[in-house]
Amino acid sequence: MKSVNNLEEIRKIIGRHKRWDLIFMIAGIFALMIAVLTFMALFAHMLIDGMPRLSWDFFTSFPSRRPESAGILSAWVGTTLVMLVTAVSAVPLGIGSGIYLEEYAPKNLITEIIEINVTNLAGVPSIIYGLLALGLFVYQLGFGQSVLAAGLALALLILPVVIVATREAIRSIPVTIREGAYALGATKWQTVSDHLLPYSSAGILTGIIIGLARAIGETAPIITIGALTFIAFLPPSPVKNEFPYVSFEWLTAPFTVMPIQMFNWVSRPEEAFQLNAAAAGLVLVVMTLAMNGLAIYLRYRMRKNIKW
Amino acid sequence: MQINQEKVAEPTQYKSEVRNLNFYYGEFNALKNIDMVLHEKKITALIGPSGCGKSTFLRCFNRMHDLYPGNRYEGEIILHPDDVNILASNVDPIEVRMRISMVFQKPNPFPKSIYENVAYGLRVRGIRQRAILDERVEVALRNSALWDEVKDRQHDLAFNLSGGQQQRLCIARALATDPEILLFDEPTSALDPIATASIEELITDLKSKVTILIVTHNMQQAARVSDYTAYMYLGELIEFNVTDTIFIKPKNKQTEDYITGRFG
Amino acid sequence: MAEESHNKIAHAGKLGYSFRRNLHERFIEALLFLSAALSVAIMLAIIVMLVKESIVFFQHVSIWEFLTDTQWTPLFDDAHYGILPLIAGTIVSSFIALLVALPLGTIIAIYLSEFAPFTVREIAKPFLELLGGIPTVVYGYFALLFVTPLLQMIFPELPGFSLLSAGLVMGIMIIPYVSSMTEDAMRAVPMNLREGSYAMGATRFQTAIRVVMPAAFSGIAAAYILGISRAVGETMVVAIAAGMQPNLTWNPMEPAATITAYIVQVSLGDLPHGSIGYQTIFAAGLTLLILTLVFNIIGHVLRKRYREIY
Repeated sequence: MKSVNNLEEIRKIIGRHKRWDLIFMIAGIFALMIAVLTFMALFAHMLIDGMPRLSWDFFTSFPSRRPESAGILSAWVGTTLVMLVTAVSAVPLGIGSGIYLEEYAPKNLITEIIEINVTNLAGVPSIIYGLLALGLFVYQLGFGQSVLAAGLALALLILPVVIVATREAIRSIPVTIREGAYALGATKWQTVSDHLLPYSSAGILTGIIIGLARAIGETAPIITIGALTFIAFLPPSPVKNEFPYVSFEWLTAPFTVMPIQMFNWVSRPEEAFQLNAAAAGLVLVVMTLAMNGLAIYLRYRMRKNIKW
Repeated sequence: MQINQEKVAEPTQYKSEVRNLNFYYGEFNALKNIDMVLHEKKITALIGPSGCGKSTFLRCFNRMHDLYPGNRYEGEIILHPDDVNILASNVDPIEVRMRISMVFQKPNPFPKSIYENVAYGLRVRGIRQRAILDERVEVALRNSALWDEVKDRQHDLAFNLSGGQQQRLCIARALATDPEILLFDEPTSALDPIATASIEELITDLKSKVTILIVTHNMQQAARVSDYTAYMYLGELIEFNVTDTIFIKPKNKQTEDYITGRFG
Repeated sequence: MAEESHNKIAHAGKLGYSFRRNLHERFIEALLFLSAALSVAIMLAIIVMLVKESIVFFQHVSIWEFLTDTQWTPLFDDAHYGILPLIAGTIVSSFIALLVALPLGTIIAIYLSEFAPFTVREIAKPFLELLGGIPTVVYGYFALLFVTPLLQMIFPELPGFSLLSAGLVMGIMIIPYVSSMTEDAMRAVPMNLREGSYAMGATRFQTAIRVVMPAAFSGIAAAYILGISRAVGETMVVAIAAGMQPNLTWNPMEPAATITAYIVQVSLGDLPHGSIGYQTIFAAGLTLLILTLVFNIIGHVLRKRYREIY
């Protein structure tokens, strides 16, 4: 048998293989650079086009036929209200489902169906949620093309995100904490509410923020429910001067949101409107980046601080 | 440290000499001033309590520590016959690993067929000729006493083998490239007694072909298979001698306490 | 005094089940179960809604015509209801997107998991995550107003709307998705397998390609399939940059509509509830749901498999 250990040859082979290491290193950095450069081009393009339009007036004006006086007042107010509905409905439901699946659910067929279903829901295209909302909320339940219908549609969309985040956060708490609580005579719900929820709150919050950041940018489902794109008024105020001081009229009011406003301007042929689109896009991107950045920061701090 | 060579039947040559070796995990000095030799075509065992640095020492021989940042070697491990210090920064760790093979604590076959597992080291060297591969795989499998069990299913996934067979496969993988030294890092700690016995027998048989360094947590195993034994404690080499001497009349009190179970 | 009250607590109840406490616990459990079961209700509602409207649609249009007609013009006087043009648009745009996202996503994943120093990884991963969080409407804007003009410099004959431009941007959009799942799968490969390879004298590249990738195979396959599902269901980029006119073509240089873009186009108009045009978007949606569900189920089965191995 010929030896395979001729040192000269080994060195030559190693040299050749190391070249592949180097080539791949460069390919990896290059691929990353494509992502980085795309992001920079996107941001720079919007900055150049949109920055001149960004003024106080842009935030306090309604959309208009004249591009130079159009603004995003109704859009950001609409986004805020829709997000309110989304958060109020998705957060308790998501956390509740997460707790149930992680702490209560017996190992049986029903649990398995629910689990498979949650993963499948996460993969359903957002526009399908729009169709559901159109058929169910807008027509069947008669909510119309309202803040309520849009908020609920987005709530369904981000529900899986909140569920998964809750489950992961609760799962990372060691079993000894649970046993400690039970050993002191706590009931299951006391264990959950006094220990598991507080200790996993940062993780759950991270998931909620990521979910809402996604909801803020979602366009397709809102278009599908037929939300008007030209709204030059605000929904009725939730605060009233006379008793009972709060009003829920805004829930059924027509509305527009940031991404819809941007889409509306992008699809206009006039260049002046496209500058408005860039400005609206800039606001939208800064909003989502800030929210996602906050979530990433929270997670980073959590990892640093908690060592079970 | 005195290197003692009494009671060796035939005079042997050194395959490797360790000179004043220090190793650091970041700031932590894990190995302290170690001097030792490996006798050619002999089995040397490293024993000592957990955390004494025996695995750390073993992994210096194939520069495994280079894989993780913050690790640092000082001193020399000289590899004969070409008298090269394998820890030198101008020596390529990949070249060292091609000459010095290693078998791990837990069997770690690759998610490939039995054949491809054994052929891996050859493929890594760029050998593609089927005839050479076939021949070497067969020889390696025979040398690791696995051939009869797997010759008809060489293309099955290696995961389907039992734990003991997987470990023998890993030995075959390490043998296929004719290494100069074979390192064993507690090779039987994850195996049952029967598989352990067959691996021990195999290691003893391999002595005629290759120099062996084995880390073991099991003193009986060291006594059964090795020619030389080194006792380590807290990163230091306490005593190194012919195995019989270490186990029958150790010179150092610490060694004696450990061997007789009065440790700690 | 203190001792007395302490004793009181200790002997307050008998050692038996407290009816009130038990009821309270049961009530909460039921509430939590209902919220978990709601996800199933949502899925059922989606299916019922799509199927219900589609059934009405298929009473007007035969399934045969739906699947074989080569025109999709439901809003014209001479109405045709062939889904093929929309499927073709979806396939072409997804194919281009995957041509970008799969190789680049995989290379980034291998680089980050096997090559990159710690600090590069710690910076690159959150950056990619941020990139994945940018709203799709912004990517659509970018495709229409930046990438298309850029491509027109290379291909002067490229129209203002094209599958090519939409597909390319969609691909870049999906990169973070593919790379993070692929990297997760590779990181799940235990270290002792890598050490085994390095101990044989393998280089990083050899270890990555010959040992880590085969070991992570099902996880990587899952990442790819979920990436495909993502591309098929993506809406805004194609709606903005590829035009919304159904067009049976395999040429990426032409404008065309995808299933999703068609739904957007109809929704932008003013179709009365219950009209055939209204029902077409549910039939299109059902087609889309079936496509993505199939991909998702395959993807999750594969993912589960690699989680079981290690």
